[in-house]
Amino acid sequence: MRFPGGWSLPKGLSPEVPHHTKTCSLLPGDPVENRDVNQNRAAMPADLSPDPLPPGVRVRNLSLRLGNLALFDGMDFDAEAGRFTGILGVSGIGKSTLLRVIAGLEAVPGAEVGDDNRRPLSGRIAWMAQKDLLLPWLSVLDNVRLGARLRGSLAGTEDRALALLRAVGLEARARDLPRTLSGGMRQRVAIARTLMENRPLVLMDEPFSAVDPLTRLGLQDLAARVLCGRTVVFVTHDPLEAVRLGHRVIVLAGRPAVPRAIALPDEAWPRPADSPAVLAAQAAILSALGAPAEEQG
Amino acid sequence: MIRRIVTAIGLVAFWILAWDLSGRHRFILPAPWEVLQAMAANAGLLARHGAITLGEIVLGIVFGAGFGAASALGLVLWRPAARWLWPVFLASQALPVFAIAPLLVLWLGYGLASKVMMAGLIIFFPVASGFYDGLRRTDPDILDLARTMDASPWALIRHIRLPAALPGLASGLRIGVVVAPIGAVTGEWVGSGAGLGFLMLHANARMQIPLMFAALAILAAMTIGLFALADRILRRSLPWVRDTLDDVP
Repeated sequence: MRFPGGWSLPKGLSPEVPHHTKTCSLLPGDPVENRDVNQNRAAMPADLSPDPLPPGVRVRNLSLRLGNLALFDGMDFDAEAGRFTGILGVSGIGKSTLLRVIAGLEAVPGAEVGDDNRRPLSGRIAWMAQKDLLLPWLSVLDNVRLGARLRGSLAGTEDRALALLRAVGLEARARDLPRTLSGGMRQRVAIARTLMENRPLVLMDEPFSAVDPLTRLGLQDLAARVLCGRTVVFVTHDPLEAVRLGHRVIVLAGRPAVPRAIALPDEAWPRPADSPAVLAAQAAILSALGAPAEEQG
Repeated sequence: MIRRIVTAIGLVAFWILAWDLSGRHRFILPAPWEVLQAMAANAGLLARHGAITLGEIVLGIVFGAGFGAASALGLVLWRPAARWLWPVFLASQALPVFAIAPLLVLWLGYGLASKVMMAGLIIFFPVASGFYDGLRRTDPDILDLARTMDASPWALIRHIRLPAALPGLASGLRIGVVVAPIGAVTGEWVGSGAGLGFLMLHANARMQIPLMFAALAILAAMTIGLFALADRILRRSLPWVRDTLDDVP
């Protein structure tokens, strides 16, 4: 897909690798068992495929109060393995908190957080925040390799980091400092850094909210392409982003927050921004966002 | 460069005006050329004593900055220490250096050590405070990201907190470099056998006011030179820090 005005997306991750978006174009109705994850992995370039197999996310009995405010009261949340799950909700509803709980950045007593086999998720998570969080003193290349640097295993990571920068179209800027990049470029570096971690579960908190709409559409396509095959849970304020990227979309509404799934159109994934069915799904999300908790089924 | 020359000319003009209005007493306020004459006549003397003071200042900066930076890092590495030691650091700054100078001379002698200690004491606090503030104000979102990358607590400090705090350390160093001469000269004033402070004290007592001004001018030039050097080194070593006022003409 090409967007006017902005940069054009790399057509494939690299010339010698077949385009693998098709293996990820699962419709929301497909049972996850039907998907041959290994075949999916084989279709991807070796250094971009998730390893090990993507886990599902299972949160049970999440209760959290902020002072007198009950954010969650015994809430359950699930994200399917190898799929994109979008979370929407008005500001302050607790979307980011839920994501932080899954990431293990917030400990909640009594809540059960793990994969679909109830094992802990730590060590399998890559985190992507609203801000690009690039370290200003490290080059683009070294920002991509931040995880390896922090774990003291920097040696031998350069080739893979450069390959990932090529995948997001920024190989030529590898030696530059982040301050020389535009907002959209910085987010692409953040995507490369997320991929560099090669974790099967990717958590994204409003990842593309800080860029202009066209760049955002491009980044969504890029994310769909390179993160495909992993379990992705993303929080967004943008109904269009949720409908384009989500295999499943959850709206949190009410106090305490109640999750509600939104019916999604049967369009090829990532869904086109301009189809009437996508627009209708956006409208459904907007009305669900404003719905009081009592009216929900 | 032109701006600096204009500033210097303006200062000298103001000096001459003050000299003229104050009655042209060379024992009260000498004219600039009288100071230059004294400087030329006593060049060897000024160079010898100036070198000693410069040595004291530089050693004081090295020790004071080193100890200050190490203390700030220590407070971060060992959190309980902060509660106990920070008041002590504050107290060290609350004591007027002039009051403890005689004690330091008594304990460390008339020589170099007491002056280095004075300069070090005075530079310690701005460096420790600037660096410690920097270490504490790391972006929490970056720390969260690093935690999801399984960073050890030491790796968080080494690769995130420490580099992020370097601009704070640099600010502390810039202040420290400028105030360090106060410590060294105060120490010389209180008790010493050499240095610009010693020279000024004796020139003052013998009414050699032009010589005293010459020593003062050299001290000021040394401080400005040290600051310019430190500023240049700090800017070079932190190219990623953006100076948003840099484009002001």
